Amino acid sequence: MRLPDKGLVDRDHVLNFQFNDRPFKGFSGDTLASALLANDEILVGRSFKYHRPRGIMTAGSEEPNALVTVSRGQSNEPNTRATVQPLYEGLVAQPQNAWPSLKFDALGINDYLSNFLAAGFYYKTFMWPQPFWEWLYEPLIRRAAGLGTLDMAYDHDLYEKAYAHCDVLIIGAGPSGLMAALTVARAGVDVILVDENNRLGGRLLSEVEEIDNVPGHTWAADVTAELEGLSNVTIMTNTAVTGAYDQGTYGALERVGHHLSVLPVGLPLETFWRISARRTILCAGALERQIAFPNNDRPGIMTASGMRSYLNQYGVSAGKKVAIFGNNSDAHRTARDFANSGVEVVAMIDSRPGVSKTANYPIYSGAQVVGTSGRLGLRKIIIEHDGKTEALECDALGVSGGWNPTVHLTCHMNGRPVWDPKLASFLPKGGAIPGMMVAGSAAGTMDTAGVLAEGYNVAGIIVKDLGKRTPKINLPKSENGPYEITPFWDVGGAGRAWLDFQNDVTTKDIKQAAQENFRSVEHMKRYTTQGMATDQGKNSNVAALAVLADATGRGIPETGTTTFRPPYVPVAMAALGAGGNGKGFAPERFLSSHVATQELGAPMIEAGLWYRPSYFPQTGETHWRQSCDREVEMVRSKVGVCDVSTLGKIDVQGKDAAEFLDLLYINAFATLKVGRVRYGLMLREDGHVMDDGTCARLGDNHYLMTTTTAAAGQVMRHMDFVHQVLRPDLDLTFVSVTEQWAQFAVAGPNSREALNSILINNINDETLPYMGCSEVQIGDVSGRLFRISFSGEHAYELAVPSRFGDSLFRLLLEKTKELGGGPYGMEALNTLRIEKGFITHAEIHGRTTAFDIGMMHMISEKKDCIGKVMAARPGMVGEHREQLVGLRPVDPVKEIISGAHLFEIDDISERKNDQGYVTSMCYSPSTKSVIAQAFLRNGRARIGSKVKMVDHLNGVETICEVCNLVFFDPDGGRLRG
Amino acid sequence: MRIECPLCGSRDRREFYYQGHATALDRPKPEATPEIWDNYLHNRENLPGITEDLWHHEHGCGAWLVVKRNTISHEILSVWLAKENGL
Repeated sequence: MRLPDKGLVDRDHVLNFQFNDRPFKGFSGDTLASALLANDEILVGRSFKYHRPRGIMTAGSEEPNALVTVSRGQSNEPNTRATVQPLYEGLVAQPQNAWPSLKFDALGINDYLSNFLAAGFYYKTFMWPQPFWEWLYEPLIRRAAGLGTLDMAYDHDLYEKAYAHCDVLIIGAGPSGLMAALTVARAGVDVILVDENNRLGGRLLSEVEEIDNVPGHTWAADVTAELEGLSNVTIMTNTAVTGAYDQGTYGALERVGHHLSVLPVGLPLETFWRISARRTILCAGALERQIAFPNNDRPGIMTASGMRSYLNQYGVSAGKKVAIFGNNSDAHRTARDFANSGVEVVAMIDSRPGVSKTANYPIYSGAQVVGTSGRLGLRKIIIEHDGKTEALECDALGVSGGWNPTVHLTCHMNGRPVWDPKLASFLPKGGAIPGMMVAGSAAGTMDTAGVLAEGYNVAGIIVKDLGKRTPKINLPKSENGPYEITPFWDVGGAGRAWLDFQNDVTTKDIKQAAQENFRSVEHMKRYTTQGMATDQGKNSNVAALAVLADATGRGIPETGTTTFRPPYVPVAMAALGAGGNGKGFAPERFLSSHVATQELGAPMIEAGLWYRPSYFPQTGETHWRQSCDREVEMVRSKVGVCDVSTLGKIDVQGKDAAEFLDLLYINAFATLKVGRVRYGLMLREDGHVMDDGTCARLGDNHYLMTTTTAAAGQVMRHMDFVHQVLRPDLDLTFVSVTEQWAQFAVAGPNSREALNSILINNINDETLPYMGCSEVQIGDVSGRLFRISFSGEHAYELAVPSRFGDSLFRLLLEKTKELGGGPYGMEALNTLRIEKGFITHAEIHGRTTAFDIGMMHMISEKKDCIGKVMAARPGMVGEHREQLVGLRPVDPVKEIISGAHLFEIDDISERKNDQGYVTSMCYSPSTKSVIAQAFLRNGRARIGSKVKMVDHLNGVETICEVCNLVFFDPDGGRLRG
Repeated sequence: MRIECPLCGSRDRREFYYQGHATALDRPKPEATPEIWDNYLHNRENLPGITEDLWHHEHGCGAWLVVKRNTISHEILSVWLAKENGL
């Protein structure tokens, strides 16, 4: 219920929202949780395993219970914690894991079966028969258990990733964080202050204690105002730091649009930040934990501090008659604040004996809550005190088992927290994250005055460390009441007492784990699923290991904690992978001829990120093979044009360029004459083929090499390596010019005629012989012409600066058309090269040697080169190697399939008899047969023999003849024209 | 993880390509024994602790770097240009 005149919500600004299909009203400044409590909606969900009715438990991101699905436009966001979901006009939320309704959940039956559903139940029960697991048990369990359901529709929301850099990152803007931020900001260093809430102040927003004679939230607002006015300060609200990584890198999730009714176009819902900081101050505060007692999970039972937050920050009382149960001094503040707000405090139950009873409400010292009743909402608690048992009527119970410093981030790099017996909590280990210091409650300081002083002092150390002067700031006046606690974890007794509310783990489960010898805390965790839900056991892990310590007769420090891992709060995959969907996952690279190619109706295929034309269909052609065969015949008989700009082009210059290329390639390039081109093969140092391509010598100290499309990046990196790492003494430089040049193959008997129709100076066999290159002029444009061929025809490649690519392509289309030619695509290009026995990365796939592809003779004996030594070692050459050969089916109507394996005709087609495999195949219009390239053991010696090709996947067997790799024009007469 | 490129300054590790141990700096002579070549190419100690690896600032200046770091603590002790190694 909402109390008059309390809290920081804006009562003039009413917001309408829906929960569980019913309309409600709240105020601006509410969270969904505070608005639900204000409307007396105590029951908000069903638990994971037993489908127990559950209510809101906390007021922060650690919330285990109040998970709802928020509908937003086209998408549903499951597992939204109502405690961190700001209320907005028109918000629609639904409860989860309840069917048919929240108040009557059919699977509530699980609760009555709990004796059978304890820890390890699945492991023990669903073991046998094994095949049942996949089709019966798992689907059944998945349907019954679980939280929200993922919306299977496409997520239309925008997510982003972003980077930020600062001198000092301050995590958490409670009193210590604000004080630290003020100190470093006034010292003039760049600071980023991050807080997961939409308003700075942390616990100050939830408390009534004053700072410098004004309410804590007013002091926080004043500090915020000063920080906002400083140019060296960046404040990031709604941002949770999720992980600490190496060299001062932090992950952070900013909930950018979750508080808005409608996301403006272009605004992301969430942004995942990577923040790089020279120093970090962790001011993450502390989280309150529960005490285990029978039926401690009823709606209406909350953390005492959460209850106090709703009262003081939102003006909402969690009930009409409230009780508090705690083991520490802080719990009493909740009782005090409720009493001062005019809410009836039924009892303040303190497990510690000898607690002062001076208050205007009953205080029970040395007392315990031993039971509760009220299935859909708390109605009664049973307390035990002074040897008596008593039932008290109340509809809300605040529980405080003490405070756990939020040490999570300090443990992300293998640091283990240290047990502090006085605080009965784990404290961060100093220096666990390089560059990070911890201040405030996160470091175990629990009073406001101490927290403020620590924020200032730690900031001072860091400022000094960064070489600046610490500004003198008078510490504000504030309370310094001591925090006193006597550990108390588990009331015991009959009935289930919950620890992990989100995964339905009880003290009984922990004890059973210990009994069944899952005594290590990591084993206990996995056996019981304690702390494995989305809240990662933020308010239950310490109590659970205290129960485990007790059950195994060890102390808490010996029992230890489980490993803390990122992320601190759940992070949507959409945020982590922001920018990586659709075209962001695979950006498109278009050729300069792309538009003209599309105008011709060519289907495109992907080659890496490039898009290349598959073929150019003509009227009447209904199958790609018709187009491909026509294009092949066109190139063989007339002339064809093909955009080959995707080949990597690397410009190499310098007085040692020749020596460098000689080291890179197996064959010699120092001997190449200016104006000539040579085919080159390069190896990896381990002796396997890396890549092939042509290299032209444009000048004495100037080469232009090409790489295959696929290996362009790898070759560039390799060249950097060879130069910088192996031969830094060589004087040369090189740069990728792939993007700078558009390059077109013009191939076929009419190619020279086509080119001469556009070149200013005509070419002939003398001015440009086979494997020659020269500068040319096309109108006003200077280009480069190479007489090289990947088709086996008299052919050229003409290169112009990319910006002229489109017009040159259109010009070439026009000129070749006049000569009976036209464009050809990848299918024809592939067929042309297989007919000629040329290789691609289907053949040089990383496991083949120069010997395998028949190029061993190219390795120059006069010089060293990368891979030369290894290429000659035993095993890399010899009869046992699979060597590249041609294949042709004996029966011409039979298929050959790429990837199929080869066997002796009489052998059984199984792995141990394997003789090799097919790498490329096509139908060859020039030889009127299916032809293929294959690696065959000792293949060159087997030319003329027959082998059996078997494709086990498609059930195809074909008897093939092993033949020469070159099927067409074996003496190369056509090349020379 | 961040690496201090001697040419570009502190950069996110996503800008770098990892190659392997800096053994690759000392390419044997062609006439070296098969054992030496084998060790150069394939055999690595891979002990936890301080190591020197080669990283390529592929999405940056293109420099090959030697990064000396502790694989246990992830601390980066120093970074220098591969081409200046031994100078």
